[in-house]
Amino acid sequence: MPELPVSSRDVESLGGWGNYPTAPARLVRPEKMSELRLLKGGQIPRGMGRSYGDAALNSEGATILTTRLNRLLAFEPITGVLKAEAGTTLDEVIHAFVPHGWFLPVTPGTRYCSLGGCLAADVHGKNHHRAGTFSSHVTEAVVRTADGECRTISREENADLFWATAGGMGLTGVIEEVSLKLHPIETAYMDVRHTRVRTYVEAMDLMADPSTDDDYSVTWVDCFAKNRSLGRGIAMTAHHMVKGDLPLKMEEPLKLKVPKEKAVPFDFPNWALNSFTLSFFNSIYDWAKGRKKSFRAPILDYFYPLDAVHHWNRVYGKRGFVQFQCAIPNDGAREGMGKILGAIAEGRHASFLAVLKRFGPREKGLLSFPMEGWTLSLDLPMKEGLLDFLKELDRMVIDYGGTEYLAKDARLEAAAFHQMEEGRLPAFREALARFDPEGKFASDLSRRLELRS
Amino acid sequence: MNDQGAALIVGATSPIARAAAIELAQRGWRIALAGRDMEELARLSADLQLRTDAEVKTFAYDALDLDGQGDFLHGVARDMEGLKGVLVAVGAMPPQEALNEEPDRAAHILSANYTGPALLLQHAAKIFDEQGLGWLAAIGSVAGDRGRAKNYLYGSAKGGISLLLGGLRQRLAGRGVTVTTIKPGFVDTGMTFGMEGVKGAADPGEVGKAAADAILKGKDVVYIPAKWRLIMFIVRSIPERIFKNLKF
Repeated sequence: MPELPVSSRDVESLGGWGNYPTAPARLVRPEKMSELRLLKGGQIPRGMGRSYGDAALNSEGATILTTRLNRLLAFEPITGVLKAEAGTTLDEVIHAFVPHGWFLPVTPGTRYCSLGGCLAADVHGKNHHRAGTFSSHVTEAVVRTADGECRTISREENADLFWATAGGMGLTGVIEEVSLKLHPIETAYMDVRHTRVRTYVEAMDLMADPSTDDDYSVTWVDCFAKNRSLGRGIAMTAHHMVKGDLPLKMEEPLKLKVPKEKAVPFDFPNWALNSFTLSFFNSIYDWAKGRKKSFRAPILDYFYPLDAVHHWNRVYGKRGFVQFQCAIPNDGAREGMGKILGAIAEGRHASFLAVLKRFGPREKGLLSFPMEGWTLSLDLPMKEGLLDFLKELDRMVIDYGGTEYLAKDARLEAAAFHQMEEGRLPAFREALARFDPEGKFASDLSRRLELRS
Repeated sequence: MNDQGAALIVGATSPIARAAAIELAQRGWRIALAGRDMEELARLSADLQLRTDAEVKTFAYDALDLDGQGDFLHGVARDMEGLKGVLVAVGAMPPQEALNEEPDRAAHILSANYTGPALLLQHAAKIFDEQGLGWLAAIGSVAGDRGRAKNYLYGSAKGGISLLLGGLRQRLAGRGVTVTTIKPGFVDTGMTFGMEGVKGAADPGEVGKAAADAILKGKDVVYIPAKWRLIMFIVRSIPERIFKNLKF
């Protein structure tokens, strides 16, 4: 363990969002940027710890908590570009800018994640098919590489480091600042439509057809359903509501409505989930039957339903849970999705949240996850037989030319990942060898997946 | 939003001060941020303006410049117009053991934590007494409630500030000026991050917000979180002949 010039705290067991795996951690938490610059070597940065597995764990070095590095630095109202310290959360950006008519161009399912984390994981949202990933809207960033140099990176300057950092899981250095182009909005409301789909094929047809699709679209899939109902679900499509569509009496169209937060104060018993969620889904599904009209939803309710239940990962009990998210290309996607959904329905590994989504073209981030085609994500409570089952799914993903999302991964084997990414991994490894020849930036994930040569 | 006046925050780079500044700004105050680290103040100033749309200015402040405290304050008052509040949030110390080894190091630290701020508050009291309007406040600490071997130099400086504020409170009562002493317990900052045995440290964001709230309500002495009032009452009640032999 390296000597640290700022005070550190040793924690016996730290985990990601799924609390699997866990590892001991030596934490440092700089209060300001000048303190961050005192740290050298043997580290992984960690923002809000929303990655599910071990991307922000480092049992062989230090973990730098960036949560106190959250100053907003500049905003250009003409272009909508916000520059901020990388520990700033999406939630802070939302609170400061929605009232002024700006939203995030891309957001994942939680707003409690940092700008640096969003870039390092190159997160995507419900609008990937039209808006790309987070990095698509990053005009510039500042990264401090292993040699201690602060580098400004963008598509024009140090572009190779930019594309290694987007999706680079924190391994290219510490992201200090991010400049993000915000998206202009007229109201803090969404125009949402829920459409029942009887099978995953119907879901895919709906999302691929511009006349039924929308700016934001995902399908919540019932993965208990089998055979003729395989992949039945509710397609949720939406766009930002314009002022003209709001009722006249609504006075403050940009006022942010914050949903009441509920905390889950304890870990649910492991058995509680399945029977509860099955009936819950069925009742929502029945309710959605025949709903043709669209409805209005406040922006936070639409984008972050799970944030309202703080620590929802505790619903899964102490054993924790594992997230599985794969992307497969268009070619063979129907067959591939059918196989994967079929295996899940057959297996006894139920999932509360299974989401199917269409992806648009791939970006240039060397390890950036989304690829043109389709993505399925689900979380699975940790239990006997799960890890073997997931290896079966890995094989299917490899067969269909797909890949898996590192921000969610907790258990993929290096060999499987190398097969999935044989086209792109060499370039990533070369970038790491160039920017960090001594391997100062490493995580439990990078070691598990052997991301360095 | 109606302009409430200008508030000066000294030692503005501390996380508690930052949160207090945000709360005050959200309630309509114009903010003067003062401290040593000008680069950090610039960052905080930008952040504050972007989060709250408030008018913010930064000023260099040196707690060790004992003769310059008055000039500093008058400079801020001229620049800011309508100065109605002063919050003193300076304070940080190297570990007590280091100061026991090298007593000389304590000299300027005591000046920075007590003498400088005390003089500043004395100057501010005169200005506010004359204008018959305003509030004064300082972030003390529960460490200032009783001298303990573990941190008596820090504690005595904070205790001194607390006594000073009590005196000002009595002097300015009925003169339109309120004086608030903020006493946080353990706060989750760089000061306590690596410390052993710190349980339930409060979030500095919440402490700062509660401090600003208490100041604007004109409260006298506030423990944050409130439980520390009882804890320190008990600690203060322990007879000295017993206390001197305790090792906590």
